[in-house]
Amino acid sequence: MSTFASRVEVPAGVSLPIYMDNHATSPLDPRVLEAMMPYFTSKFGNAASRNHSFGWEAEQAVETAREQIARLIGATAKEIIFTSGATESDNLAIKGIAEMYRERGNHIITQATEHKAVLDTCKRLEKYGYRVTYLPVKADGLIDLEDLKRAIDDKTILVTIMAANNEIGVLQPIREIGKICHEKGVIFHTDAVQIIGKVPFNVIADNVDVASISGHKIYGPKGVGALYVRRRNPRVQIAAQIDGGGHERGMRSGTLNVPGIVGLGKACEIAMAEMDSEAAYLRNLRDRLKAKLESELDYIHVNGSMEHRLPGNLNMSFVYVEGESLLMGINDVAVSSGSACTSATLEPSYVLKALGLGDDVAHSSIRFGLGRFNTQAEVDYVAAKVIEIVKHLRELSPLYEMVKEGIDLTKIEWQAH
Amino acid sequence: MAYSDKVVDHYNNPRNVGTLDKSSQEVGTGLVGAPECGDVMRLQIRVNPETQVIEEAKFKTFGCGSAIASSSLATEWIKGRTVEDALTIKNTDIVKELSLPPVKIHCSVLAEDAIRAAIGDWKKKNGVAETAQAAVAAK
Repeated sequence: MSTFASRVEVPAGVSLPIYMDNHATSPLDPRVLEAMMPYFTSKFGNAASRNHSFGWEAEQAVETAREQIARLIGATAKEIIFTSGATESDNLAIKGIAEMYRERGNHIITQATEHKAVLDTCKRLEKYGYRVTYLPVKADGLIDLEDLKRAIDDKTILVTIMAANNEIGVLQPIREIGKICHEKGVIFHTDAVQIIGKVPFNVIADNVDVASISGHKIYGPKGVGALYVRRRNPRVQIAAQIDGGGHERGMRSGTLNVPGIVGLGKACEIAMAEMDSEAAYLRNLRDRLKAKLESELDYIHVNGSMEHRLPGNLNMSFVYVEGESLLMGINDVAVSSGSACTSATLEPSYVLKALGLGDDVAHSSIRFGLGRFNTQAEVDYVAAKVIEIVKHLRELSPLYEMVKEGIDLTKIEWQAH
Repeated sequence: MAYSDKVVDHYNNPRNVGTLDKSSQEVGTGLVGAPECGDVMRLQIRVNPETQVIEEAKFKTFGCGSAIASSSLATEWIKGRTVEDALTIKNTDIVKELSLPPVKIHCSVLAEDAIRAAIGDWKKKNGVAETAQAAVAAK
């Protein structure tokens, strides 16, 4: 009888559970919380109140945050619009541009591994008569620039392609994409949620016209985001999707979430100061995790390009082990899986499938999202736990046994159910 | 997802993990599921030719915790029973014993299929006719 009890010791200084899912959300940096606190209590004014000090104080805080965000991405403060988060930013950008430029054309280009906030927004526009091209990605997760060039036609008004992918951390060649768009007179929007504050991103150098930003992925608060909208070369116009008091230069009505905005601004300020050293730190931790796993386990591989990748991301398939059972064995570590069993739809990750992975391998994948507050001791513990559980589950895996015996699994007639 | 204590117990201490010699006359092997669906179970039995009692049962499963638990439980339940008796085990019995949520019922169905497939293989090898009950259930 195979019995199993973990022999991995918890190192000193590590407390369980360990959070290693920083692409989903990140903990609030205490410095951000400190900056936000007064705006919940004494400085509670409405930033739109123009005739008393409470309003002025709030407005001043909002304008400071606008500056902090703009500085991080190479924009000007007037180009920053506050929203409730990146899903709203993506919706506002895509729908707002589609509506504003309807007379110029009805064609939008995006790609297969975008976040659902982009893909589902595009799908909705298809219902309203827009034409959408979904570019495929190569095995490394990057789009082919030639595909993009070919897809642009005289009706194309918008290209929306993410800067960094949330599952596999792959960085799209946005600078080249933006250049192609500008040559053809097409607006370039990028979902920049995962790239902001992680690696350099500059809207001028990277030829970006519109960019979606989120607070809670960069150690800021949830419920706040921003949209960068270029004002010069070219000037981009966006039709408001929420009507009301005409806040945010008419592009997004609604009383501003002042504490959230202050937090987003502070998070950007910290990211700007610490990004370089943090990226080096995370890359070192990520590579250490990868090296440890690879030294002990066979039949594992990284999904997506290692070269064009966020420093804190590692997405690996542990072939012949099902992802949910693997998560169950490391239940004191918070990571996520591409397995269907862990998703609401019961479908394996569409991102991994877009890379050409079979459903079986997609089911076996784990995303490690390292962040600012992870330590080397945590990485060592997680590596040891994963190695132990994968070995345990492979003892239980008929597929692993068959492959070890030299059986070609593709030749077996499986009974799909 | 929260797992029942019994699922966790089978996951941590799976019963009867292993491999029997599938070329043996006394061994029946059932391999069900598909890798692309995220679960594959292999269940094997060694049957006493005199008494038709399942003397040994082994499994290996690629799948989620509930799939592992369902197949582990299945080996426990069929051991010591005659093949005809083992065929009376229903997936709903497994659901109940392991408190599986609706989204995991397919794991129990797969375990029942694995029992039937292993017994079917043994019968085929040994020229035993399918019982009416088993034939109906197999449809």
